[in-house]
Amino acid sequence: MTPVVGLIVNPIAGMGGRVGLKGSDGDALRCAVELGAKPEAPDRARRLVSAMLPNANRIRFLTCGASMGADAFDCRRGDVSIIVDCPASDTSRVDTMRAASVMAGHGVDLLLFVGGDGTARDVCEAVGDSVTTLGVPAGVKMHSAVFATTPQAAAELAGRFLGGWAPRTREGEVMDIDEDDYRAGRLSARLFGYLRVPSDERFVQGAKACSSVAEAVAAADIAEATVEHMEPGVAYILGPGTTTRAIAERLGVAKTLIGVDVVKDGKLLAQDVGEEELVDLASEIPARIVVAVVGGQGYLFGRGNQQMSPRVIGLVGRDRILVVATEAKIAALRGRPLLVDTGDEKTDAMLSGYLKVNTGRGRSTPYRVEA
Amino acid sequence: MSEVVYPYIPNSAPETRAAMLNAIGVRGVDDLFKDIPDRLLLKRPLKLPAPLLCECDLERHVRGILARNVSCDDRLSFLGAGSYQHYVPAVVDSMIARGEFLTAYDGNAYSDGGRLQATFEYQSLLCDLLNMDVTGFPSACSLHATNTALRIASRVTGRHEVLVPATMNPRRAQHLHAYRRAEEVATFTSVDADSETGLMDMEDLRRKLTPEVAGVLVENPTYLGVIESQVREIGEAAHAMGALLIACVNPMSLGVLASPGDYGADIACGDAQPLGVHMNYGGGALGFVAIRAEYVMEFPNLMVNIAPTLDGEGFGFDFFALPERLTYIARENAKEYTGTMACLWAIAAAVYLSLMGPQGMRDIGETIIRKSHYAKSLLADTPGLGLPLAAPHFNEFVVNFDGTGRTVAEVNASLLEKGIYGGADLSADFPGLGQSALYCVSEVHSADDLRLLANALRDVTR
Amino acid sequence: MTDQTRLRRFHSACWDEQLLTDMSVDGERGILVPTPEREIMDAFHSLDGLVPASVARDRPPNLPELAQPQVVRHFSRLSQMTMGGDVQSDIGQGTCTTKYNPKVNERLAGLPQMTEMHPLQPVETAQGILEILHRARGFMMEIAGMDEVSFQPGHGGQAVMAAAAMVKAYHEARGEAHQRDQVITTIHSHPCNPSGPAAVGYEVITLWPDDRGYPDLAALEAVVSDRTAAIFITNPEDVGLYNPQIDQIVDIVHGAGGLCYTDQANLNGVIGRARAGDAGFDMCHFNLHKTFATPHGSHGPGCAALCVSDYLARYLPLPIVTFDGHSYGLDFDRPDSIGRVKDFVGNAMVVLRAYAWVMNLGAEGLKQVADTTVLNNNYLAELLLGIPGVEYSYGTDDRRRLDQIRFTLEKITRDTGITAADLSTRITDFGLQKFWLSHHPVTVPEPCTPEPTETNSLQELEEWAAAMRQMVEEAYETPDVIRTAPHNGVTTRLDRSYLERPELTYVTWRQWKHATEKAASVS
Repeated sequence: MTPVVGLIVNPIAGMGGRVGLKGSDGDALRCAVELGAKPEAPDRARRLVSAMLPNANRIRFLTCGASMGADAFDCRRGDVSIIVDCPASDTSRVDTMRAASVMAGHGVDLLLFVGGDGTARDVCEAVGDSVTTLGVPAGVKMHSAVFATTPQAAAELAGRFLGGWAPRTREGEVMDIDEDDYRAGRLSARLFGYLRVPSDERFVQGAKACSSVAEAVAAADIAEATVEHMEPGVAYILGPGTTTRAIAERLGVAKTLIGVDVVKDGKLLAQDVGEEELVDLASEIPARIVVAVVGGQGYLFGRGNQQMSPRVIGLVGRDRILVVATEAKIAALRGRPLLVDTGDEKTDAMLSGYLKVNTGRGRSTPYRVEA
Repeated sequence: MSEVVYPYIPNSAPETRAAMLNAIGVRGVDDLFKDIPDRLLLKRPLKLPAPLLCECDLERHVRGILARNVSCDDRLSFLGAGSYQHYVPAVVDSMIARGEFLTAYDGNAYSDGGRLQATFEYQSLLCDLLNMDVTGFPSACSLHATNTALRIASRVTGRHEVLVPATMNPRRAQHLHAYRRAEEVATFTSVDADSETGLMDMEDLRRKLTPEVAGVLVENPTYLGVIESQVREIGEAAHAMGALLIACVNPMSLGVLASPGDYGADIACGDAQPLGVHMNYGGGALGFVAIRAEYVMEFPNLMVNIAPTLDGEGFGFDFFALPERLTYIARENAKEYTGTMACLWAIAAAVYLSLMGPQGMRDIGETIIRKSHYAKSLLADTPGLGLPLAAPHFNEFVVNFDGTGRTVAEVNASLLEKGIYGGADLSADFPGLGQSALYCVSEVHSADDLRLLANALRDVTR
Repeated sequence: MTDQTRLRRFHSACWDEQLLTDMSVDGERGILVPTPEREIMDAFHSLDGLVPASVARDRPPNLPELAQPQVVRHFSRLSQMTMGGDVQSDIGQGTCTTKYNPKVNERLAGLPQMTEMHPLQPVETAQGILEILHRARGFMMEIAGMDEVSFQPGHGGQAVMAAAAMVKAYHEARGEAHQRDQVITTIHSHPCNPSGPAAVGYEVITLWPDDRGYPDLAALEAVVSDRTAAIFITNPEDVGLYNPQIDQIVDIVHGAGGLCYTDQANLNGVIGRARAGDAGFDMCHFNLHKTFATPHGSHGPGCAALCVSDYLARYLPLPIVTFDGHSYGLDFDRPDSIGRVKDFVGNAMVVLRAYAWVMNLGAEGLKQVADTTVLNNNYLAELLLGIPGVEYSYGTDDRRRLDQIRFTLEKITRDTGITAADLSTRITDFGLQKFWLSHHPVTVPEPCTPEPTETNSLQELEEWAAAMRQMVEEAYETPDVIRTAPHNGVTTRLDRSYLERPELTYVTWRQWKHATEKAASVS
């Protein structure tokens, strides 16, 4: 069976970066064009396709018209079908999402997209983890763990995946930064969701250096260890992440993917809470924070879990923060410290130093935390 | 610089060394060790005997020491009790002396496909012999294999007590003691043996089988040589309580005795040394654990697995399947621990079983039974000797000396003067058996040898 | 150094060898078994009553039937498809210390005075092997700077596990075992360093390296407490660096009342230069099948010499070999012993080879072993670092690595997509064993950890580097030849779906045939 690969290009991704802007949606795009920004994605897409062409006679490509895909192909070669039209003028996230849905509907074996975090977010919103995807970086913001390191690496990984030589897939975190906030000087990243990506980690940035099966086993082990030690009458504030989700699964409790939930006595106490609710909670009953290492950058606090604000952290106390991470996630940090950016210097300083990271039942690591 | 050029150290020739140092850009080898703090360096040569640089001197020296050994080639031995003297076919020794098998280690399917296939064939042959689904690389010895088996039972059932036979190999208890991970097996409860037959006391078993029990261990044959004929019943009782049946067997018996898989064992374990491995003063140990397929995730050792090639033309072998179980991946979260075990012996056993085939295994089992019963019948005629444990035995049987007024130690010392190694002394570990010894008779003993033994025993117990 | 180093036009023997079960022919015999003499047959012709019916076989075991020449050819062919150290330089097998195994030691180990010794023979008939064991014990004590030795552990992991049990016994004797429930190790220590203590019930705390590649002293201080039972640490670690603060680490742990164990699997570069005991360690082990030149045997048997200080000797596994000035014996009267980790006294035939190896070399020879090992490793490093894209792990400073140096090929992977694992497979096309990457978890990206030993020649080092150079060129220019490797191996690329789908794991031919027949019947 000939493998079928979808390709979506976000032609405006990366426009802001070279001219010093962060991200290229909306007004920023007009700004960027005026400043002489040139699109990066088309070139990346061409490099991707040309790196895949040696295998082209064994792959069927589905793509979008013009700048959203077809332009990347030398159409005399390879089996390429345009199944989604491209708007004549400015493309937008709606176009990306539509294309992704259509391709998923066609049952592609692999969906490649060229863009940045924003593009990843759009693909994620459209298809979730229903199809295996892989991103080719062409933007400034690549915090999501769903991108290959280079177009070449993407082609390599796609080839292996389709050839059955890298059959595993795993969930990659899709991060998104609020663009307006960012340009106004505030960095607030959040975990948007998950995409399913081929698991050959050497190629994917921000990824963990271990097989997906072993990773799931390790996460389950951490969950077991955490649940074993949960005390009655104590509220456990679970931050976002796959490891904390494993804890919730172990308790048989549904966890919001990217929000903060609270469990107590083995049951869900509150779901997708904000800072104020947490402050109220922590003021009234004993509470612990269970926080996972999220995203490719190794942030403990300040990326996607801002609900656990300085006030909340202060109420809980450093000694009652449980950090959970698999050893593979620690390895992916490559010796860099864990980072905290709560927005309050005093809290950041309080968290700095060595924190105990629980890596499984009866296993832990003291790891350096820095602001 | 040393003046000696060492045959095993190619770059010890001075010119080569100088050229290499020059290429690295250091004046002397000491410079390469500069990052070891001076305070940690040994400032004197090691205090070791003067070297025997010439191979002929070395060989003479070591042979001289070994000459003080009197091996079972030069004496008539009736020792068993966990290490067995059997005939090792010349082909077996020849195959494992081949340099590639001897000096290989960790290559992959493409570089070491041969040794992986040989190991896979060992796994397959052993599972055929045991009628079990899965086995892998060896364990260190029978003690270790049994311990692993009991811990698997504990993890599978979530229970922490195991029942063990009162007559089990006493060294097992010493091995079990060394592991003390509470969340696995915590309690070992002994089940009595019938003093007449040597078989497991079924009433005592049923009394002790509770929902706390993870598994019941049977040795078949028992340490004392008795064929445990009740294994099916024991298994049924265990299963009724949700416990597993763990059968520790002697593979040499499986040409005549039923395979553990045939009688409902969930885990089979033991030592396959009798299958073509020389005793080597106890170093010839080839522990094995074989399990039902459903427990494969609990198996701690590496396993060789077979897989098709991508081009569909053939097959090859790998040894890293289900890696999450292993020390190498999971570190402290592994199932127990593993490491470099006895694979050369496993290849030996594969060669042995290939030569023997089903008929050979039947023949040797029958020969062993006939010879040991013959020996027993001769000893039955010797005054003062007792043969307790009436149940049929395989390979080994208990001889009691209470009627002679001599201790086993005295008897064995006298036998030694006659050039005979008497059976292992059981008196310390099994005081209930009085002055008893465990005699082992195999295919290597001729009828003359057995008559010699009987006569010698008659002499020394007069 | 020469750029003209010739690479071999190698091809493995490729016998496409059947499984034994497919070679089976009904009725064939590979060897005959002695029939008992007539008087025995007469007395016990029938087996009735000798084999209880309830456990008698009802049908023969399902083993293949082969004649002797076919068995010999089959296994001989398999051995030809195995890249042992006898046929190639084995530089790739980093952390395994695969060196030349002297043939004279094989001859000695094959003598009946070794092979036909029963472990329970009266000690007066085993004086030879007991003397070897006792003398070898003396060697280990001197090399380690320790006071007592057990050869019972069959491999490093067993030694570590035994040591962990001893640590527990030691603290129990002091009434502190309940309180001291933690063991510290490092991520670059061999995986058996955490798994042994975990097997006896310890909670394991793992230290990660700082950016110089050593465990962070500050991190150690953050976790050492009165709950610390011991530290288990490999030194030099698997990246080739000797930790210069090792004695400070020992002091910190001792200061908290814990014991200190060092895994000396990587002894080859420091034997005779730096001793575990002198750095303050209480216990250590050596792998005889590594440093002491005993053969790896396709994965065992080996032996690990567990060496301890005098205050821990009482806890060693039993028995211990003794000498009273006249004769050698075995001491079983050791009430504080942890018991046994293996039956009998250990792999004596392995100790015999190690003994011979040390006797041949002597103190000066062992120094040459360490010196040449480190020289060879650094020479190879020099050659490899000259290849664009090959870099040391942990740094570009002037530190000298000793032995089994870990390189990173990350730049090559970034540029070309070709990974260390790819190259490790491709190198077998040149008649060189695959190279070791790293234990898990992988901390150094795209790792490559070769380990030349003192038994490799200059030409072998250059050949290895030349193969690497050739492969790196291929990665940039003709990467397909690497992606589709191996080309000259025993078999072509395997379908590794079983790594993701456990149900495709077949470890016997019975499972394999069942699966392939099922698949055939469906299609």
